Amino acid sequence: MIDIDTITKRYDDTEVVSDVSLSVPAGSIAVIVGTSGSGKTTLLRMINRLVEPTSGRIRIDGQDTHSLSPHVLRRKIGYAIQGHGLFPHRTVAQNIATVPKLLGWEPARIKQRVADLLTLFQLDPAAYGPRYPSALSGGQQQRVGVARALAAEPAVLLMDEPFGALDPVIRAKAQDDLRAIQRRFGTTIIMVTHDMEEAIHLGDRIAVMDGGRLLQYASPTEILTAPATGFVESLLGAADRPFRLLSLTTLADVVEPGTADGAPLSADATARDGLSALLWTGRDAAPVQSADGAPLGRVTRARLMAAARLPGQAPV
Amino acid sequence: MALSAAIQGGRAGAARFRPDRIGLVISLVALGGLCLPFATVKPNRILAGVAKTILEALPQTGSILLLAVLFVAITIACLRSPAWLRLGASVLVLLALAGAIGVSGIVLTPSGNPYARVAPAAGFWLLAFAMALLTADALTRLRPGPFGRVAALAATAVVFGFILKSGLWDNLSILKEYAVRADSFWAAAAAHVELALGSLVAAVAFGLPIGILCHRVPKIRDAVLNALNIVQTVPSIALFGLLIAPLGWIAVHVPGAKAIGIQGIGMAPAFVALFLYSLLPVVANTVAGLAAVSPSANDAARGMGMTERERLFQVELPLALPVIITGIRIVLVQNIGLATIAALIGGGGFGVFVFQGIGQTAIDLVLLGTVPTVALAFAAAVILDAVVELLSTPSVRDSAP
Repeated sequence: MIDIDTITKRYDDTEVVSDVSLSVPAGSIAVIVGTSGSGKTTLLRMINRLVEPTSGRIRIDGQDTHSLSPHVLRRKIGYAIQGHGLFPHRTVAQNIATVPKLLGWEPARIKQRVADLLTLFQLDPAAYGPRYPSALSGGQQQRVGVARALAAEPAVLLMDEPFGALDPVIRAKAQDDLRAIQRRFGTTIIMVTHDMEEAIHLGDRIAVMDGGRLLQYASPTEILTAPATGFVESLLGAADRPFRLLSLTTLADVVEPGTADGAPLSADATARDGLSALLWTGRDAAPVQSADGAPLGRVTRARLMAAARLPGQAPV
Repeated sequence: MALSAAIQGGRAGAARFRPDRIGLVISLVALGGLCLPFATVKPNRILAGVAKTILEALPQTGSILLLAVLFVAITIACLRSPAWLRLGASVLVLLALAGAIGVSGIVLTPSGNPYARVAPAAGFWLLAFAMALLTADALTRLRPGPFGRVAALAATAVVFGFILKSGLWDNLSILKEYAVRADSFWAAAAAHVELALGSLVAAVAFGLPIGILCHRVPKIRDAVLNALNIVQTVPSIALFGLLIAPLGWIAVHVPGAKAIGIQGIGMAPAFVALFLYSLLPVVANTVAGLAAVSPSANDAARGMGMTERERLFQVELPLALPVIITGIRIVLVQNIGLATIAALIGGGGFGVFVFQGIGQTAIDLVLLGTVPTVALAFAAAVILDAVVELLSTPSVRDSAP
């Protein structure tokens, strides 16, 4: 649980973060979205005190962040940044071992932890551990960056545009991996991004910032269906809204009894993928099956289109 | 025009006749060397000498052998031959030249005249220069690693040591100068190294913290670097002169100062001057190296909870080290050269021979001071270049899992 309480940051006369309050429940992902200069990164950096707030306080699990000295606080909080920030003079294994080493873990425990994390991120410890970051691809560097941030098993992970430098295919994979790992460890994540798509995809809650102010802090569905201001609405992109709304629903939520012809769709797929498949194959309905292949019923184009409609809007 | 036409023709014709441009230039230099006298014989160390060509300076078989290997090497140099062949040929000629000049020393020294001097002449130096160029070019093409380059340096040193020890060159004028000054030569060598290395160590001890401070406190950076720049522009002789008064004052007024050798002239002002000259490269490179550390690595280091000290020693300094060592390399090579001037104010070093030689118009004595200075500077450059390369290319090879 992270409690940000009326936090303000002022440089000389300019307020870059104004009176922001929000709380992130333990084990959830909060994504801070905004254009550049919106104060989102400053807000994030105030949580681990890379930036000292002018006023207000931040509590992590009830403990004021100012009750610890900054470096002790930061060792308890994972930190991953855009461009990964790996140390070029240290091997992958040494990079991941950074915080455990600062905390004085036993060498055997560090070694085990590094191997576990590399395996978790689909990198063979024997092959990749001794390499230098320059010998890795961009996607691998980014994974090592996140692995390093998770090395000391932090309860909280801060991420500043962690996937910003990746190409779309690798980015989508990295997002899915992050989501899986977050569920597994129950880590509380606060992430900064300028990409609304990423925010909707990953966030349990989304905080939209502009000009240092928090405009709206709500679930992705609420942000999509009831944007608080015109700015939030413009960030969403009017043309993409129905599809973004559909991407929050899985086919399991819209499946109905009945049968249909053609290739079955997986119940885990998003409603957006389902509608896309129907449009592409020119079908009105398709069978839906569970992950293990058991038939669950069918999904229709009409049902999916209803799901994409702004709630409360009567069909014409 | 004719030459370029030949090159064009060669290119259009059989591939094996394509000339190597660098090799052509080197060959022209070597041919020029052949036209100039190989050695000179002087009745004593000051009088003008009589020039001797290769044919006059060597026994017939010797001169034929030398010319033969030389022409083979020139042919290899002009063709697009493999680098190892060029290296082998040029090293062979260099060894042959070393042998030939030693033999000509023995042949040309008139019996019964202990004052006569045989010295290498322009032709020898030009030939040696051309072949050294060919060696360097071949080495560059072979791209040896840092260890390979240091090994080549060590091999060169061993060969020179062997030749000197064998007495082959004992009849040459430089070694005759050495023979009468053996003791003072090694004292001068010790003083030279002490000046160059000692002032470097002092400059690093002070310059590194100053550089770190300049990096952390940007306000003082420009002031410090400008001040050091101004020191750098003061001519060395002027700096020695400026230091006489304050150091003399310290020697008289500070108890114990005189006992550790501080005085207006001698080693102390030379040391201080070299130290001051060394500060700018050390400080400037420390600042540049630290500034070049990637901001994201720094941000990550802070964000992960490194203290300022941990960040400095675990991230900033290791990453800045290649640039800092480059600064140290500049300082060391510069100091080895500059330490020669220290002799002007009684600071010792190889400069003693240079200035004595100039005073006596004895060029052999000047060379006795110059050659070891150049050799030292060259060796220092090769070794520190290798260190820089080792530090700046982390690879899978040197990482223990």
